[in-house]
Amino acid sequence: MLDFSVFTPEVFKAYILQGLYFSFLLTLVATLGGIVFGTALALLRLSGVKALELVAATYVNGMRSIPLLMVLLWFFLMVPFIIGRPIGAELTAVITFIAFEAAYFSEIVRAGIQSIPRGQVYAGQALGMSYGQNMRLVILPQAFRNMIPVFLTQTIILFQDTSLVYIITAHDLLHGFTVAGNNLSRPRESYILAAVLYFVICFSLSWTVKRVQQKVAIIR
Amino acid sequence: MALDWQVFCQDTIERTVVAGCFGTGGARGTQTYLDWLIAAWGQTVLVSALSLVVALVVGSIIGTIRTLPESPLLVRIGNVWVEFFRNIPLLVQLFLWYHVVPVLFPFFADTPKLALVVTALGLFTSARIAEQVRAGVQALPRGQRYAGMALGFTTPQYYRYVLLPMAFRIIVPPLTSEAMNIFKNSSVAFAVSITELTFFAQQAGEETARGIEIYLAVTALYVVSAFAINRVMAVIEKRARVPGFVASTGGGH
Amino acid sequence: MKKKHLLAFALAALAATGAFAQLNDTLAKAKAAGKVVMGTRESSAPLAYTLGNNQFVGYHVELCQRILKAVLPGVPVEYVAVTSANRIPLVQNGTVDIECGSTTNNVARQKDVAFALTTYVTEVRTAVKANSKIKSVADLNGKTVATTTGTTSVALLRKNKRGQGIQFNEVYGKDHADSFLLLESGRADAFVMDDNILAGLIAGSKNPKDFKIVGETLNVEPIAIMVRKDDPKFKAAVDDYIRKAMKDGEIKLLYNKWFMQPIPPKNVAVNLPMGSILTELVKNPNDKPAEDFNK
Repeated sequence: MLDFSVFTPEVFKAYILQGLYFSFLLTLVATLGGIVFGTALALLRLSGVKALELVAATYVNGMRSIPLLMVLLWFFLMVPFIIGRPIGAELTAVITFIAFEAAYFSEIVRAGIQSIPRGQVYAGQALGMSYGQNMRLVILPQAFRNMIPVFLTQTIILFQDTSLVYIITAHDLLHGFTVAGNNLSRPRESYILAAVLYFVICFSLSWTVKRVQQKVAIIR
Repeated sequence: MALDWQVFCQDTIERTVVAGCFGTGGARGTQTYLDWLIAAWGQTVLVSALSLVVALVVGSIIGTIRTLPESPLLVRIGNVWVEFFRNIPLLVQLFLWYHVVPVLFPFFADTPKLALVVTALGLFTSARIAEQVRAGVQALPRGQRYAGMALGFTTPQYYRYVLLPMAFRIIVPPLTSEAMNIFKNSSVAFAVSITELTFFAQQAGEETARGIEIYLAVTALYVVSAFAINRVMAVIEKRARVPGFVASTGGGH
Repeated sequence: MKKKHLLAFALAALAATGAFAQLNDTLAKAKAAGKVVMGTRESSAPLAYTLGNNQFVGYHVELCQRILKAVLPGVPVEYVAVTSANRIPLVQNGTVDIECGSTTNNVARQKDVAFALTTYVTEVRTAVKANSKIKSVADLNGKTVATTTGTTSVALLRKNKRGQGIQFNEVYGKDHADSFLLLESGRADAFVMDDNILAGLIAGSKNPKDFKIVGETLNVEPIAIMVRKDDPKFKAAVDDYIRKAMKDGEIKLLYNKWFMQPIPPKNVAVNLPMGSILTELVKNPNDKPAEDFNK
């Protein structure tokens, strides 16, 4: 029935390794970029300035109503127009993921900031801190510590979502398995192996998240 | 970069503009891109709705059995189910159902591809809904369960009459976002050539070379549909609300 | 804008126009850049495919390697994988200097790119299971037919459907192996595609004897190497090499190597003898578009 014999370690090294590396890299860069821009967006939404709040809210809600596949198609089409020259699918994927995940991370950050008791904000103000100092020294450190498990969960989801770069044919893990399956005429075996590898990686990551959660949570 | 909205009135094969923007259909008739867009949107709605039904039914069952107090085996089964479907990307799961299952299990050899797509998307989402149902049941005060037992209800009975009705009301907000997620996730069906919105965007965008207009229309449909789902769920939440009951889930929205 | 920003912008614009200017002279561009970029395919055996590790092989890949060695000696070759969707834009904007894959030469594409002398001819035929009763396109009435998105076969199928008044269901595979899977698993009754792709997929399958290629030729398509338009110097250089290779039998040897002998990675032969049209073209090469072959 199924013939896995063609999938030797050499085949893995040849076809799969590069894709795995790219998927990991994309996840890492998109997570960091998403957190940075997401925090900025969250702060805009909590700033109290109506115009900024509206812009940030529109961006976040817009990104969250469109499928990631459509966002990938959009960026693949528009980015070459904007910067004047074409860029590869991989770079498009990185830019798209940062922009997309920023919306999701901003919701997490916003919830995290809002979960800090108002007393902390007032205490900071009573100590004479400005808004910026308050955020930087009092609120954000506590909020981030609370949000670490949620960030990590979102990262795992991000890693799974990297498989969607299939639509712009970027060379990620799933693409590596697809090409290997096609060229060795064993596509079904290839998909099964892809599922196994993704499962092992994601399950290990989510198990790690559970342990982190136990150690990091602030008990009130 | 002027936008040419006429592209929607073009026939998909001859690429001539059809008067009235809607084709005549049939084997020898014409079909415009507008026809195709609407048909694609219909497919998206169909896939999403069917998958949501599957996800709700299966997810509720799995979520419920994960909260059973006396059956560690069933709880374990529920946990395995959730871990399995949560840790494999949706696209990979779809490929498994579409390409591998019909060959490995002859029972599925003749299943129409729509059924396979709905199964894949439904089971993927069922794991997430199971998590929310579990959270909802566990958010209820323990007294509710004991009160049910004290009244002489069997386990299925107190789940049916006491716990689940309240649990589902608690989790309407996360269920709303799951419904919106399913609508967005239906786009992965493009990879198995279900002619839904994303497939249409890609194929029509390439054919007409007017990607921007096509993408704008498709994006607008996604945004409008997401908004509609949101409103429908808000109505459901309002109708189902129990006055005076305050949810103690903490997190969520 | 600050003065230094203006200066940087002006320099960048100048550099950009410089790069664009050289799009008309691939030979100069490659020598200046110190590399020539070959666009190729990942899964189009035996014309162009990958063995992993960024290693590309195939009939057209090897032909292009020889062409580039003769025309741009000493200039290293960089390989870029392209798809049906992006191969033309990437050649147009200069990312890829020469595309060696399985691109059909037709009038519409000649508006955007130029093609070298035709080095392969494919005929669009139908693959079915060995025990199938389908013998021609008319037998497809009421059946399910598979083809691959983004290829010329899609439009061909639709035109034929309307032309003969037959109704059939279309299913699309994302790539050729995907479409072949649809046939293999029975989700499709027939797979319409270029005969070399069909032969390659059948040869690589677990049971090649389970399939056969039938039906009339839906279309004859000349497959050629793609270069930029408005660069007659480069096209002439490429054409000269091809003409010489056809005359002294090099093309025939290459064809045999990739189509009749066992090829990597599975050491199975595609087993597709050179068709009459290609044999004729080897004697009298041309770069005519597909429309001229299908009058």
